[in-house]
Amino acid sequence: MTTGVGPLVRFDRVVKRYGDHVVLDELDFTVRRGEHVTLIGPSGSGKTTILRLLMTLEKVSDGVIWVDGSPLSHVRAANGSLKPAGEKQLRESRKKIGMVFQQFNLFPNMKVLQNITEAPVSVLGMDRDEAESRARELLDLVGLAGKTDAHPSQLSGGQQQRVAIARALAMRPEILLLDEVTSALDPELVAGVLDLLSDIARSTDITMLCVTHEMNFARDVSEKVLMFDAGRVVESGTPEKIFSDPEHERTREFLAAVL
Amino acid sequence: MSDFFSTLLDELPQVRAGLWVTLQATVLGSLLALALSFALGLMAGSRLLLVRGLSRTVVEFFRGTSLYIQLFWLYYAMPPLTGYELTPLLCGVLAFGLNYGAYGSEVVRGAVNSVPRGQYEAALALNLAPARRLRKVILPQAWVQMIPSFTNLLIQLLKCTPLLWLISAADLMTVVQQVRDRTGETLTAYLTLLAAYFVLAYALTLLMNLLERNAKRRLGLETGPGSLFRTRGAAAAGGVR
Amino acid sequence: MNGFDWNAAGDALPLLLEGFRVTLLATVLGTLVAAVLGLAVAVAGRAPSRLVTLPVRAVTEFVRSTPLLVQLVGAAAVFSSVEPLTVGVVVLGVHYAAYTSEVYRAGIDGVPRGQWEAARALSLPARRTWQAVILPQAVRNVLPALGNYAVSMFKETPFLAVITVQEMVFEARRYGAEHFAYTEAFTLAGLVFLVASYPTSLLMRKLEKRLGH
Repeated sequence: MTTGVGPLVRFDRVVKRYGDHVVLDELDFTVRRGEHVTLIGPSGSGKTTILRLLMTLEKVSDGVIWVDGSPLSHVRAANGSLKPAGEKQLRESRKKIGMVFQQFNLFPNMKVLQNITEAPVSVLGMDRDEAESRARELLDLVGLAGKTDAHPSQLSGGQQQRVAIARALAMRPEILLLDEVTSALDPELVAGVLDLLSDIARSTDITMLCVTHEMNFARDVSEKVLMFDAGRVVESGTPEKIFSDPEHERTREFLAAVL
Repeated sequence: MSDFFSTLLDELPQVRAGLWVTLQATVLGSLLALALSFALGLMAGSRLLLVRGLSRTVVEFFRGTSLYIQLFWLYYAMPPLTGYELTPLLCGVLAFGLNYGAYGSEVVRGAVNSVPRGQYEAALALNLAPARRLRKVILPQAWVQMIPSFTNLLIQLLKCTPLLWLISAADLMTVVQQVRDRTGETLTAYLTLLAAYFVLAYALTLLMNLLERNAKRRLGLETGPGSLFRTRGAAAAGGVR
Repeated sequence: MNGFDWNAAGDALPLLLEGFRVTLLATVLGTLVAAVLGLAVAVAGRAPSRLVTLPVRAVTEFVRSTPLLVQLVGAAAVFSSVEPLTVGVVVLGVHYAAYTSEVYRAGIDGVPRGQWEAARALSLPARRTWQAVILPQAVRNVLPALGNYAVSMFKETPFLAVITVQEMVFEARRYGAEHFAYTEAFTLAGLVFLVASYPTSLLMRKLEKRLGH
């Protein structure tokens, strides 16, 4: 394993097309280990696509994504060139990455505890008792210690999203992808979830990539903000820089519209 | 008591045997249909064109040729063609299973497709293996959607079992008609027969409603006791029986 | 084992096609009965009095839950003096009306409440409300489902052979028995069904898509 030196995530001229529509246009960017990066930009600018490519929910049309020095969704052929990976290699790649979705996507056929233990037991081969005690710790962390036996349908949106966060953390990912995790929540529940994520960002060394419309969250949690427009990074920098002294016209327009 | 009912009582062992044949054909036929529904329905969602095509062909074949002809083909045409002869009951089970398996596969396919895409993606993001995604996440949710349609198909299958009479399988219809022949009470005989099938259909519906309630409960959805006695809505929108 | 006799198949085909005309006739007439009777049942199910709606619902439920074959054989035995094709068409029509009435019911339920209220606001009489406002809107949505039931009925017309209607399967059985050529006769009959019903099903699916179901 090539740990340490280079960036943890590197997009190398990544292109994503749907038919004729180009969503990501030869995108280059890197994320360092432990960094918390927020992706902002108008809707349709390709932010969510970046997370979905990283989670291997979709395939790149061109270019290579590198994670920890290895290609994420490619394998080296005998002649040294890269070719698309099969399911087996993809499952290896996914081990490092976890994702929290806008719509929570808890499994309604499993109670809260099993939502969290299912993957550690069946994927990581963790002992069931160990998985359960760890799930309880995580539920405690997200403030839902009493809800182990609840069905997802009995929880509020905010509670469901907390369980989803615990579920993702249970897989001990190196990289956590957060896809508009508060967009589907009632306004009064947003702050609680954001506070929880800030706590996690501060107290762990997980690398976070976050797509959000919550500019306060971007400002408080992330060290780097990437401004997207039309499939490209228009501007990147510290939150202070982007929010108080944006260089690019598109960034100024966007911030004026959302702040 | 009328002649018909007293004769029916006298012949109780025969009637019971006939009922048993009908029930066997219904239950075994449904089990075969259920297995085929899942096999063909899941094949229809395969990434491989060949697998999808095979499923499509089998489904269209058994839906397109009439059940009646399939049954007769198995009973009359297969023995001279292949040298294999099946018992009448087995012919029935096979024909019912194949025919309703073809219809059921559409139910499975539709239900699997109706599970929100986010569920599949969440299972993928948790790195569950493909078979596990299907077994632990997709199918348990799709199952709840399938039950009402499966109930309809089950009743349709039950309603086809009198065809067994035509291939001399001594089912309920055969036995009751024998009593009718002996007593000459045509109207009473056929009304009794209809009532018997109605009771069977209602009992099966009740069982399936129980199953549905159980499946819903596992998704954390509670249903009132009234839902148990609800009869089947005809598959109105699709018009497929 | 005698294999498949192509000569016998060639012999049987004209007879089968002769019977197929009766099959088609029964399907068309049966569908007409089901379409008209189903509509009547659906409208009756909307009657203001429970004295009408409850019996209507009970009878439809009973007809729908009991086997077509028993209904056919029973009716043919009870009305033994009536011509079998007539009995067959009526029983097919009644059986399927129990299904089509549900289709109409859903179609009628699908007409927005505001349409009823608007008709009332204009003081349209009940007859006019149904004729000019509700049914034209309800019927358009039910056509694909009715078509699907017509295809289902088509595939169940072989049941008529049991009450001696000389449709295709009746001819197939007769030919099979006379020449001991069941294999050829039933294989051909099955193929004729497949050739006729598959394109129709495709057409219905297209129609459904077009009407946005």
